[in-house]
Amino acid sequence: MIDFQTDPSRYRHWKIAFDGPIATLSMDVDADAPLLGGYELKLNSYDLGVDIELADAVQRLRFEHPEVKTVVLRSAKENVFCAGANIRMLSKATHGHKVNFCKFTNETRLSIEDASAHSGQRYLAAINGAAAGGGYELAECADYIMLIDDRRSSVSLPELPLLAVLPGTGGLTRLTDKRKVRRDLADVFCTTEEGVRGKRAVQWRLVDEVVAPSAWETKVRERALTMAATSDRTGTTGIALTPLARTITADEITYPHVRARLIRDQRRVEITIKGPTTLPTDLAGLHAQGAAFWPLAMARELDDALLLLRLNEPDLGLIVFRSEGDADTVLAADRLLDTHQSDWLVREVTLYLKRVFKRVDMMARSLVTLIEPGSCFAGSLAELVFAADRGVMLAGRRSGDNKEVAALSLSPLNFGAFPMGNGLTRLQTRFLGEPDSITAAQAVIGQALLADDAEDMGLITFAYDETDWDDEVRMLLQERASFSVDSLTGLEANLRFAGPETMETRIFGRLTAWQNWIFQRPNAVGETGSLKRYGSGLRPDFSTERV
Amino acid sequence: MPDGSQIDYNGLIPNNVGLNEDLRVRKALEVWHPGYIDWWKQMGPEGFQDSLVYLRTAVGVGSEGWAKFDFVRMPEYRWGVLLAPQVEGRTIPFGAHKGEPAWQEVPGEYRAMLRRLLVIQGDTEPASVEQQRHLGATAPSLYDLRNLFQVNVEEGRHLWAMVYLLQKYFGRDGREEAEELLKRRSGDQDSPRMLGAFNERTPDWLSFFMFTFFTDRDGKMQLAALAQSGFDPLSRTCRFMLTEEAHHMFVGESGVQRVIQRTCEAMKAAGIDNPYDIEKVRALGVIDLPTLQKKANLHFALTLDLFGNEISTNAANAFNAGIKGRYREDKLTDDHHLLSAVYPVLRLKDGIVIVDQAPALSALNMRLRDDYVQDTEAGIARWNRVLERAEVPFRLTLPHVAFNRCIGEFAACHADVDGTLLTPDQWAKRSKEVLPSIEDNLFIASLMQPVRDRGAYAGWIAPPRIGIDNMPGDFEYVRLES
Repeated sequence: MIDFQTDPSRYRHWKIAFDGPIATLSMDVDADAPLLGGYELKLNSYDLGVDIELADAVQRLRFEHPEVKTVVLRSAKENVFCAGANIRMLSKATHGHKVNFCKFTNETRLSIEDASAHSGQRYLAAINGAAAGGGYELAECADYIMLIDDRRSSVSLPELPLLAVLPGTGGLTRLTDKRKVRRDLADVFCTTEEGVRGKRAVQWRLVDEVVAPSAWETKVRERALTMAATSDRTGTTGIALTPLARTITADEITYPHVRARLIRDQRRVEITIKGPTTLPTDLAGLHAQGAAFWPLAMARELDDALLLLRLNEPDLGLIVFRSEGDADTVLAADRLLDTHQSDWLVREVTLYLKRVFKRVDMMARSLVTLIEPGSCFAGSLAELVFAADRGVMLAGRRSGDNKEVAALSLSPLNFGAFPMGNGLTRLQTRFLGEPDSITAAQAVIGQALLADDAEDMGLITFAYDETDWDDEVRMLLQERASFSVDSLTGLEANLRFAGPETMETRIFGRLTAWQNWIFQRPNAVGETGSLKRYGSGLRPDFSTERV
Repeated sequence: MPDGSQIDYNGLIPNNVGLNEDLRVRKALEVWHPGYIDWWKQMGPEGFQDSLVYLRTAVGVGSEGWAKFDFVRMPEYRWGVLLAPQVEGRTIPFGAHKGEPAWQEVPGEYRAMLRRLLVIQGDTEPASVEQQRHLGATAPSLYDLRNLFQVNVEEGRHLWAMVYLLQKYFGRDGREEAEELLKRRSGDQDSPRMLGAFNERTPDWLSFFMFTFFTDRDGKMQLAALAQSGFDPLSRTCRFMLTEEAHHMFVGESGVQRVIQRTCEAMKAAGIDNPYDIEKVRALGVIDLPTLQKKANLHFALTLDLFGNEISTNAANAFNAGIKGRYREDKLTDDHHLLSAVYPVLRLKDGIVIVDQAPALSALNMRLRDDYVQDTEAGIARWNRVLERAEVPFRLTLPHVAFNRCIGEFAACHADVDGTLLTPDQWAKRSKEVLPSIEDNLFIASLMQPVRDRGAYAGWIAPPRIGIDNMPGDFEYVRLES
């Protein structure tokens, strides 16, 4: 099983050092600790295992270190910053693993950009050696890139000439959209295996600054301090992201607030979220609860469950979300987040919820949310209704059941706190062609909407009463499970992200369309393709037919 | 195009590549030339730029008379562009293109790979001149001083050779790389030379001899591999460079030989039988044999690092592309494709050194290193014959390839000179016994007093058996007052 839980005491590949407002996150990949086995992680090349630690480090820096305002991303190895994704790993890994690896890698990179943009914790890439492929892609996530000018160290995206694949985990898109490198120069850059170094790298906007080795340490520190001075990050004492209380059995992954039942014979997972029972009364209490504060605890558990399912349960193609609990308490949690939104920790919790919901959007699984009596899809949890491909609600009561009638309610957070990758809220995306529906939804914030109202307002797909419910739900799930999973993935990804493109949607879209296409093509993965032949000295044998 | 056997001395730059007709390259070289002379004056041998030195200059690249001796001031040395004569109908000797006509132009798909090889090779040439620039001040004789300068001007010419190829075949990028070769500086923090061993200082003459014996031999192996190249201009350049490189190794091998000789003589004269009686030997003003062994250990290990990783994708690609062959590829009798061949590679696995059968294509660095070790062993055997003849109970040996490594498979471990793996603690203790200590280096440094009288030699080194160009023993190889 590939696990995403780790902590700094277990890191094999990264080191973190703290110096007042500056944290230095140093890549020091242990070549002998690959995640999958059968390859060595030489030259700071990475696999999913390295990225899992990076994601953990980025997350902890945000929650555990409010005092850190600049994170310096660098290498602890001499002459190499990072050589990118390990090629032998790529040539051995299944297609599914590669896709999920790239997706997770990019989610982590986006979380770095999210920290820079919204947390006042800005990233500075200090490239003290060659940064190739994914190594440069990683650096592109930073706000500012410094490159050591020792006449050797270069930045490069050699995927095309060297491997016949693409720097597709954001590398190309960040080049043009974020760093705004001219397209013809980008073309030269991406077809030149050895990359670009020194002043030309600055002229082409591949990096922001080059620095001679003798001035390197001083300049990096100076720049880090300058960046720190622009931060709006407050707070002095972080909270500990304590280990998750998690039980995994063959058919169940259980956390205090999240339970995932793996129904293998029907290729389905049922994830049930439990609403909060107790909430802190004020901000101090919220800080005191720390990782136990319900929105954060729930988000961490859901995030972990989603990642475990993605990497370890590829056959379970349908996720059904349910919830249990008191909707008013969920809304009270939302009120805490809304009222104290200027507090650094509250801001982090909200931003994290946003990222977890984005992770839901990015699941290559069919998503169905069932709103049943006793559920608590309210406010932030209602995002799971809007993230789903179908939201189905039970109208009225079940006979013999004394649970609360199913209701759906909205909070102010549904209208701005959790934008999707396309920059819109899920409701804006949902109602792209009917802005009045958003106004109407806003007017009922805080109200418990029953099935018929929710259906009328377009907030759910269908409402069924007890007579139809069991059968309709059964057929919906069975039908879904009968379709081709590939076309479902394509369909869902197309329909989920309506509206404008952003750098983020373009990265994921192109990752899916181009990178994953090339990863399937004989020129890359065929017996005589580049990935298979890499390292053998043999030239790949390319098909020359343009498609 | 002239036939390549005679050198055109009429133009500014002696050459046998028809530079007069090649306006583009001539222009580039004429721009580069002043920068080179500036570099030579700044970074070349310190303090002897105006002295007349009895140097060998190539006047033809045929087997006869490529060496003409005369007195010359080093900045006025006729550096030029000399390629071995073109072999009619030469084909690519190995790799995927084996049997196709050798390339006279750079194939586009291998342009980056070739340029990288040229730049790395080119970078080592000026680097060693820089490393050795202070040695003139402490030369043990005029003979040795002259040999140093001969090595230096020829390294300079080797730089020219690489620069010519860059400028002739690689357009604007090539011109920029040629400029960069003059800008990097050995040991400079901001702008170091590309390979680690070429950023170390050459602090004394024993180090110089060891360097030319061990490290220039790596140069020889690399040149020999490149001399096989399917890119004909590179092959022809390297073939000619090899004739010069041989002299550098002669300087190193005979230098150490003369040190051994002198130590043996002094020990005998003083009646010292025990070569390990270091204090007594040192009191004679000669270098004790155990210290020589330590120096050899150091330089051998440093040089092995230059061969890179044992298993190398770059080396495999370069071979398959027909760009860089094996040592004496033309003498090997296999299929020259290596697609299914294997080669034994020493690897570190679970704390022991094992032999792994690796795909031969990937193991080319290992193979070249093995050839190097074999070539080096022959030199060591010649040193030991001096000890044998002198009946001194001491033999020099090469340390194990795992010893004191920073690059490759064994960078991850500590090993003794016999290959026994050591813990970090054991190594900390043992390394002091098998590598030169500060005291050893201070002692060597204390011997480095210049000797500049004709026919005179420092007390720690014996005179050569025969002079350069058969000159008599008191020949004034360097005219200091001129």
